Amino acid sequence: MTVKTLVIDGRDVSARETETLLEAAQEAGIFIPTLCRLEGLSEVGACRLCLVEVKGVNKLLPACVTRVEEGMEVHTRSERLDRYRRTVLELLFAEGNHICSVCVANGHCELQSMAERLGMDHVRVPYVSPRRQLDASHKRFLFDPNRCILCTRCVRVCDEIEGAHTWDMMGRGIASRVITDLNEPWGDSTSCTSCGKCVQVCPTGALVEKGKAVAESVKHPGFLPYLKRTRGQQS
Amino acid sequence: MSLLDMDERLAELAAVIHIVYGPLVDTKSFPTQVDLTLVEGSVSSEEDLAKIKHIREHTRLLIAMGDCAVTGNVPSMRNPFGTEKVLQHVYLRHAPSEIVPRLLPRVLPVHQVVAVDAFLPGCPPPADALYFALTELLAGRLPDMSGYTRFGK
Repeated sequence: MTVKTLVIDGRDVSARETETLLEAAQEAGIFIPTLCRLEGLSEVGACRLCLVEVKGVNKLLPACVTRVEEGMEVHTRSERLDRYRRTVLELLFAEGNHICSVCVANGHCELQSMAERLGMDHVRVPYVSPRRQLDASHKRFLFDPNRCILCTRCVRVCDEIEGAHTWDMMGRGIASRVITDLNEPWGDSTSCTSCGKCVQVCPTGALVEKGKAVAESVKHPGFLPYLKRTRGQQS
Repeated sequence: MSLLDMDERLAELAAVIHIVYGPLVDTKSFPTQVDLTLVEGSVSSEEDLAKIKHIREHTRLLIAMGDCAVTGNVPSMRNPFGTEKVLQHVYLRHAPSEIVPRLLPRVLPVHQVVAVDAFLPGCPPPADALYFALTELLAGRLPDMSGYTRFGK
């Protein structure tokens, strides 16, 4: 296996050639914010929070889907990146209906804690306040698209780990949303196995177990790397 | 009321702060020139709108305090449905048109109506954030709230 050496934030870092910039940075203890990424799932580069600057490249590159290259010079922090990341977060908040104080995931939400971590103190763009119907047709789970950030973790875990592919994406741009089966009520889905993996990996209160009150929805995505590991050992 | 969460630190602040207007003060009209105003709540009605514009004109610094002022929070949950629908739902065909201030078509965070100098999110905003903001302001600095920001909780 070839090892590549590169510079991240002025530090010499070495990484396996199959690794991404995000993995190389994390191994070196350098924090890059992410929302759509989850260990154990494929990378899609959907949230754009992990954008980094690479010397010699004009555009910003998402660290989660960019492979390391020999001699790369990477910057994970800059005034521009901070501004872009904050804007991405603000757009996520403005696009849906994220009312933290009454959310079941209050205090356990990755979007909420990322806003805190990146120091977002208000949203500068007008709120869209869309009207999105929630789906409570499933016996055990609830889908509230108002809190969905389109990270597609649910889509990926259902396809890649559970193998059911109940979830998928529909529409474009601001009309994009995740759907079950062919945009049918979740409770009527014939492909859903009710395993609940989508609920556990959802970073916000969009997918939750029924019967939870404010701040009671705690997710446990830790099963994922464990499942991957044990399955890897079997094959 | 989250001001009171600062507990004993209030005594220290009371020595250097003169509260001239608010729910705890008898004065009914907003004074002509105020150094600092902490504003709670979203801009929901025509009365709120007139008030906040008046306050902005008569205060040097305006701080949006709490999630309602910063984001619209719970009051803004009517926005996806529209004011008319909500009033009809709550009061059927007897939506109040007098005495009760007329509701705006959309609930707005304060900074979308007037310029805001600093933001103190949180529901309620944590006492440490309030204390930090106030001591910074007393020292003549606009507080850098990163590290103290949180929505909800």
